[in-house]
This record gives sequence, structure tokens and C-alpha cells, in this order.
Amino acid sequence: MGKRRKVLQGNIIVARAAIDAGCNFFAGYPITPSSEIAQYMSREMPKLGRDFIQMEDEIASLGACIGASLAGRKVLTATSGPGFSLMQEHLGMGVMAEIPLVIVNVMRGGPSTGLPTKPSQSDVMQTRWGTHGDHPIIVLTPAFASELYSETVRAFNLSERFWNPVILLYDEVLAKAHEDIELPYKKDLEIYKEKVHKIKDLDIYDREIGQNPHRVDFFKGYPIHIDGLEHDKHGWPTSEPGTVQKQQTLRMQKIYHYLDDIIKYNEYYMDDAEILVFAFGVSARAALPAVEMARELGIRAGLFQPLTLWPFPKQILRQRFSRIKKVLTVELNMGQVRYEMERVASDDVEKRALLRANGIPFTPGEVLDQIKEF
Amino acid sequence: MRHYERYIRYRTFPTPWCPGCGDGVVLKSIAMAFSELELDPNDIVVVAGIGCSGRMPTFFNTNTLHTTHGRALTFATGIKLARPDKMVVVISGDGDATAIGGNHLIHAARRNIGINLVLINNGVYGMTGGQVSPLTPQKFITETTPYGNIEPKFDIAELLIAAKASFVARETVNRPVQLKDVVKKSFQHKGFSVVEVISNCHINLGRRNRMKDPIAMTKWIEGRTVSKAQYEKMSPEERLHMYPTGILFEDKDRLEYSDLYYKHIIPAAQAAAEAAALKQAERTSASRKVKS
Ligand SMILES: Cc1ncc(C[n+]2csc(CCOP(=O)(O)OP(=O)(O)O)c2C)c(N)n1
Ligand code: SF4
Ligand SMILES: [Mg+2]
Repeated sequence: MGKRRKVLQGNIIVARAAIDAGCNFFAGYPITPSSEIAQYMSREMPKLGRDFIQMEDEIASLGACIGASLAGRKVLTATSGPGFSLMQEHLGMGVMAEIPLVIVNVMRGGPSTGLPTKPSQSDVMQTRWGTHGDHPIIVLTPAFASELYSETVRAFNLSERFWNPVILLYDEVLAKAHEDIELPYKKDLEIYKEKVHKIKDLDIYDREIGQNPHRVDFFKGYPIHIDGLEHDKHGWPTSEPGTVQKQQTLRMQKIYHYLDDIIKYNEYYMDDAEILVFAFGVSARAALPAVEMARELGIRAGLFQPLTLWPFPKQILRQRFSRIKKVLTVELNMGQVRYEMERVASDDVEKRALLRANGIPFTPGEVLDQIKEF
Repeated sequence: MRHYERYIRYRTFPTPWCPGCGDGVVLKSIAMAFSELELDPNDIVVVAGIGCSGRMPTFFNTNTLHTTHGRALTFATGIKLARPDKMVVVISGDGDATAIGGNHLIHAARRNIGINLVLINNGVYGMTGGQVSPLTPQKFITETTPYGNIEPKFDIAELLIAAKASFVARETVNRPVQLKDVVKKSFQHKGFSVVEVISNCHINLGRRNRMKDPIAMTKWIEGRTVSKAQYEKMSPEERLHMYPTGILFEDKDRLEYSDLYYKHIIPAAQAAAEAAALKQAERTSASRKVKS
């Protein structure tokens, strides 16, 4: 066994990856099935001289993270459905003020307190549209142990590169399962490091479309102002329509200009596939063996497994649908990605969905049955 | 330019406040306290939530942050823990701090995290047009208590002393010099401090309660202001509508949260890590011996 070969719980893989990625501030509030992350951080962060704090609720947790991020820290919080609902206002603040931060949302059954100890994939749309107002968001959906690690590192990199909150989205099964993993050595990790900004005057939000704000952290010698109100190029509050429209566009385009750098996916057996199975997270874990079994039966099925769920991998799917005319969306909810698929795949693509929201993940056999019927 | 003006960000003027609003007095008192303490503006961050009072950070020439309604203390907690060497000031309205932000208020006090809170109590939701707040006096007419307020108000000082804040004071906008002095003292305090500033919102509270100009409101405030010593001699009935001023509680010995974290938690965790590493090393050398 290699030195870094371990059997670890999913949540612990994520916590370790965050620490390896340089996360040095964690604020959170316990909630099943994410609590192991907070517990691990409370033990390990102070060993490294880094900060851990348990706040009074999830609103406070994300508030503390934003404050610490502005003070120069690499921040993480972890939660599940009810807590993620509480975080929505501060998620919007993070987008508005362009704050790098990572939120882990371990999905459990909802709505409300729902099914605390059962998996679900029903926060697809909450991660996209949960906070009010138009906003860009990046949501990553690992499915395998090694991806829990690599996507956590990528979440930090993307949040720092694009000055935006990034959500790492997985579910109770991946969170709780103990899996075999070969942890990479820290020296082999690619960690995004931005060149230190020099700001001219205080025009911290003055930029061309596609660029990031020229912001420094607090206490760097510039009296900067950060605001959740719409603001002008200096950060001062404004409601002047021209400026407001420009700022909206700038916040969107700093991300949507770089889709190729953000969108990541795995494809299995897709070269000659006639049925595209679209599945992420725990559902992809069932869909992959299902596709393999279908192949053994001579059915040409392939799996498209997005690692970036938002922005949705629209362009690449459209390319696939120029040839493939059948799509099966597999998700553990009453139908959320399915609607996105309807927008993305043209009318000549036959669309089916395997849906369920009772807390029981799909088995490969169940997915296979759907493939066979198609 | 007078020295305290170094701390004012004139380029963001004018302020959004109504003429005669008490918020301007608080702004100047804080700037003067900064000035008398000769603080480097770069070492200060001023954070606020939402409300008329919440707009105040925009006008300080320091690091400034305007956050969400009621949650300024949470952002401030993150900043303080990340940078314990810096001064973190929070400005909050009465609704901001005690209604939507009540939970954060008691927990910041309980932790004794080194945040200096200036709580501007004008007894109403000023910004949203004059609705009742948890600090509106009973019987007052507001936009959402058209028949008079039946809810009793919080006593901020009592609430925060019970919540274990280590510095609790009260002053009014009627007395800018005393206000500046007590704010300055609170800024020198190491743990969580709060200065409740009784202020006037003649526009959205006074107007509906026969005090439509700043003079009438400040007179009303004056009639309710007593020193701590006088207050202590009063009967419970007499105390009901009075505001004792000055430093009401101070505990210089309680340890500040981030100080505790850096001086207790981090060394304890590192000692545990070292002990574990030592044990691991012993175990490997022992197993090697067995093999050889
Ligand atoms: C989550 C949320 N709820 C409600 C509001 C609307 N709102 C803005 S300011 C305010 C009350 C402000 O009152 P106070 O804190 O006393 O400040 P003042 O304006 O009196 O200084 C409210 C309710 C908001 N901005 N955000
Ligand atoms: S509404 Fe009241 S609190 Fe707000 S600026 Fe006017 S007077 Fe001041
Ligand atoms: Mg008020």
C-alpha cells in the first residue's frame, strides 16, 4: 500500500482536500450529513495554526466566512439542505461583493427537515437559483472518492480565480461511505495563486468585460469599501441604471467568458453511444455499472457525468445530441436537471428521466432496466 | 483639515440622512474617537448591517463593509478571528441589532470577541419608513402599530450584561462630547464592547408621536436621560422610562475570544499533534525492532 493510500469517509476526504488546498478558515454549524467536516476541521485546523469557529447558525457561518475572506483567508463552510436554505442571503452577498469562498452542501431529503439521514439530489435548482437576483454561480458535483478530493481543490481554485462563491454539491451516500482512496501528495497539487493586485486609486471594480475586480484584501493600505448594495466602480452604493446594468454584466461575464476553463465532465462509452445517460453524484455511481451491463447486452449506451453542474454543460451536450437521439436523465429528485435537458436537447432527441425522491438511491439494475426499455 | 477628518471619506458625501438626524452626531463622535486614539485608518475596519445607521461605514476613510440586515456581527467575527491585531467596529441600528440580529448580538457578547459595537437606538425602523422595533417605547404609534405599541422593549444594557458582554455603556446624541468619550473608552476595551446611543428619528418616529422636529425629540431624550448613580436611586416604576447613561458595566479581566483561540486552542492542538507523532514514531521503531 502506498503511503497516502487510505480508507476514508467521503466528508473526511473533502475536509482533507480543503486543508491541502490551503483552506485556513472554517466557520460552520453542525448538520447531518455534513457534521464530520466541521468536527474534522475543529481538530485539525488549529494544529496548523488555522482558524475554526462554530457559529450560532448557518447565516452567521457564511457571514464569518465572507468577513474572513475579505481579511485574506481561504474559507470554507459545510452544510446540508436546511442550513443551505439559511445561507442564501449571504450567498448573494458573496456574489455581489465578489468574494472567493467555498460552500459544501451535502444533500439530504427535503423539503424542510425532510430526511436528515437519507440521500437526495434535490438541491440542483437551489444551488443555481436559491439566492435572489440574477447571479453567476459555479457548482461542482463529484461522484467518486478521488473526485471528492480533486473537486474540492478545484472548488477553491475556481473561487479564487473567478472571485465568486463555489458550491461543492454531493449527497449523504458519498458523504458517509468509507472508500479506498490514493491521496495525492500536496506538492503535486495545482493550487491557483493570483498575482498580488496593485490598485490604482480606489477603482476596485473598474474593469473590462471578462476581467476580475482589482480588489485587495482589507488592511492592505487602501481604504476600500465593500458593499452588498449595488455599487459603482469604486464600490460606493449606486442605483444609476447605466452603472447597475454594467455591473450586472461584469459579474456574469467574468465567469461566462471562461466556460471552457470551468466546465468539466467525464464520458464513458460515449464514442458510439446511441443512448446518452446523464447522471451526476450518487446516481452516476449506479449509472456507470448500468451502462457497462448494457454494453454486455449489446446496447450502445454511454454515460455523461458532469463534474461541473452549473454552469450547465450546454454546448458539449448539444454537440453530442447532433448525433445521439436518446437521453436518459437519472437524478434522485422529482425532476430538476430534466428541465435543463429539455432546454438543451432539441425536439428530435427523445428525452426520458429516471426520478425518485424517497431517500433510496438507484441501483445499477434499475438504471439498466430503463436503458433496456429505451 | 482637522485631525479627525482624516477618518472621514468626503468623496462619498452627501449622506442619505434626513437633516437633523442623530446619525451624523454618531459619525463625528466615532471619527473623533479614532482621532484621539491616533489610530491608523488602515488598522480599522468598520462594518454595518442595513438601515439608516447601516449606511455609516461608507463615510469612514478606513476599511469598510456594508453587509446584510442584522448580520454585521457575523462578518465582523470572521474578520476579527482572521486578523486579531486589527480593530473591528460594528455599527448597528436597534432593529438591525436586536430584532433580526438578536441572535448574533447575544452570541458575540457571550464569546467576548473583540468587536466594538456602536448600537444606534432610535427606537424605530428608520430606513423602511417607521415600523415598530424591539426598542420602540410602549404606546408609541408607528407604521405597524397604528393603535399604539403593546410590546415591552428590551433593555439593551441588561440584555448584554446577562449575555456576558464585558463592556456595556449608554449615551445619547444630545451629549456629543460625552458620547465621543465613551465611544473612545469602548474602543480601548479588549473584549466585546457595546455603546448604545439613544438617537432621534424625528422623521419616522417623532412625527407620529407629537415630536416632529429634532429639537422636540432631543428634548424628549433629555427628559429620559439620567446618570447611572441617579438611576440606581430610583424606584422600579420610575426607572421604567429612563435611560441611565455612562459606562454601566465593565470587566477588564475576561479574556477576548481570538486571544483565547490563539493562546489556548492552537497550542493545545499542536501539543496533541506532537504527542501523536511521537507515539507513532515509537510504534514504528518498536515494530522495526520486533522484525530485526
Ligand atoms: C432580510 C431583510 N429584511 C428586511 C429588510 C428591510 N429593512 C431594511 S432596514 C430595516 C430596519 C432598519 O431599522 P434599524 O435597524 O433600527 O435602523 P435605522 O434605519 O433605524 O437606523 C429593515 C426592516 C432588509 N433589508 N433585509
Ligand atoms: S429616517 Fe430617521 S433615522 Fe433615518 S435618516 Fe431620517 S431621521 Fe435619521
Ligand atoms: Mg432604528
